[in-house]
Amino acid sequence: MDFDLMITSFPKLLGATAVTLKLLSASLFFGLLIGLLFAILRLNKKIFINKFAYGYSYIFRGTPLLVQIFIIYFGLGQIEYLRTTFLWVILKEPYWCAIIAFTLNTGAYTSEILRSAFQTIKPGIIEAGKSLGISNKIIFYKIQIPIAIRQSLPAYGNEIILMMKGTSLASTVTLMDLTGVAKYIISTTFKPIEVFIVAGGIYLFMTFIIHNVIKYLEKKYSFQ
Amino acid sequence: MELLAFGKTGWGDELFYATLMTIAVSITAMLVGFFFALIFTPLKLSKYKTLNLVGNFYTTVIRGVPELLVIYLFFFGGSGAIMYVASIFGYYEYIEINAFITGSMAIGIISGAYSTEVFRGAIQSIDRGQFEAAKVLGINKFVQFYKIILPQMLRLAIPNLSNVWQITLKDTSLISVTGLVEIMRQSYIAAGSTRDPLFFYSFAAVLYLLLTYVSMKLINKLEVRYSRGY
Repeated sequence: MDFDLMITSFPKLLGATAVTLKLLSASLFFGLLIGLLFAILRLNKKIFINKFAYGYSYIFRGTPLLVQIFIIYFGLGQIEYLRTTFLWVILKEPYWCAIIAFTLNTGAYTSEILRSAFQTIKPGIIEAGKSLGISNKIIFYKIQIPIAIRQSLPAYGNEIILMMKGTSLASTVTLMDLTGVAKYIISTTFKPIEVFIVAGGIYLFMTFIIHNVIKYLEKKYSFQ
Repeated sequence: MELLAFGKTGWGDELFYATLMTIAVSITAMLVGFFFALIFTPLKLSKYKTLNLVGNFYTTVIRGVPELLVIYLFFFGGSGAIMYVASIFGYYEYIEINAFITGSMAIGIISGAYSTEVFRGAIQSIDRGQFEAAKVLGINKFVQFYKIILPQMLRLAIPNLSNVWQITLKDTSLISVTGLVEIMRQSYIAAGSTRDPLFFYSFAAVLYLLLTYVSMKLINKLEVRYSRGY
């Protein structure tokens, strides 16, 4: 065991954790918006809209995240037309490509989580709202969405942890996130176990925090 | 389309073999995972606190750390560890482990952590009476687990195991970083040499979708088969 290496690599890895957290928070924020949008589309009665939303989630859940990042980062740059538009400012940056890929990926999973949460809301609650003369819009925003969010907290907590692990793939498109820096230190020092313990420890610590925050929220917003 | 031709002019045959490689790695990893699950599930359910701790340590660490980091640990540390063990037995030559073995071990250990959780959940949902009946009949723990609990548990576990299979199948794409020529690696090579990444990565996505779709259909059939008594 090389404890000196563990101590010297810790600040470097901690610095890289900031990149991981930035990627994670950005993709979770946009992913939640997309997830909510597609969950609502999934509940739409028009078959075309419904199928479109299903297709989106099916494709992004059925393919590896690595393929999605590579298509966006290496693939889209190939389209000449895109290079002339303002989108190119975003798409030439690996940072934004990673965020786009993560967002679309977590959006697909989130839409499934929220959809099933919407579907488990008892019709009685909506009917109660209607019989009180509350408009459909208010029922949706003030009754259905809050209940759905509470219902989906445990599953969404898992999704946050999965996404946190997913951000490690940013290292494949040259970003120096926690895994990227860990790999760099491993390949220069050839001490994989020491680096794994430190980097893995940081990831586990983040998992621990996320897990407990979700548990706290579940308790706080429980129906009892 | 000519990019996908078989033979020397296209990448069809290469991608075909790469797909077979992906399937082979996924199945091996899944089996390695089952092996780990069969060891760690009893530990997690044991009445001894120390054994619980070992079981929980495995599932918590593996499920809390990115797959890529585990793969790097195996990729860079695998031959070192084997050489260390070999040196105890007096063998000092350089040993290189094949990328297939490293990859399926790494993915297998990850898949095993998920399988362990699935098995644990399935066992816990089996009626207590089954355990008690086995005990009353004087059946020993080992036979009780393999002949009574396991067959009942499999039925309950299949839907969740199909999720584990999907995760495992998708995780094999990460082994491409170690140079094993599976779908992702082959697409990377093809994209590099033809300068057509959009086409090849999209085609890789289609291959993965096809694999997940076909395996879902097969697992559904299995599920029907295992539930026939109910």
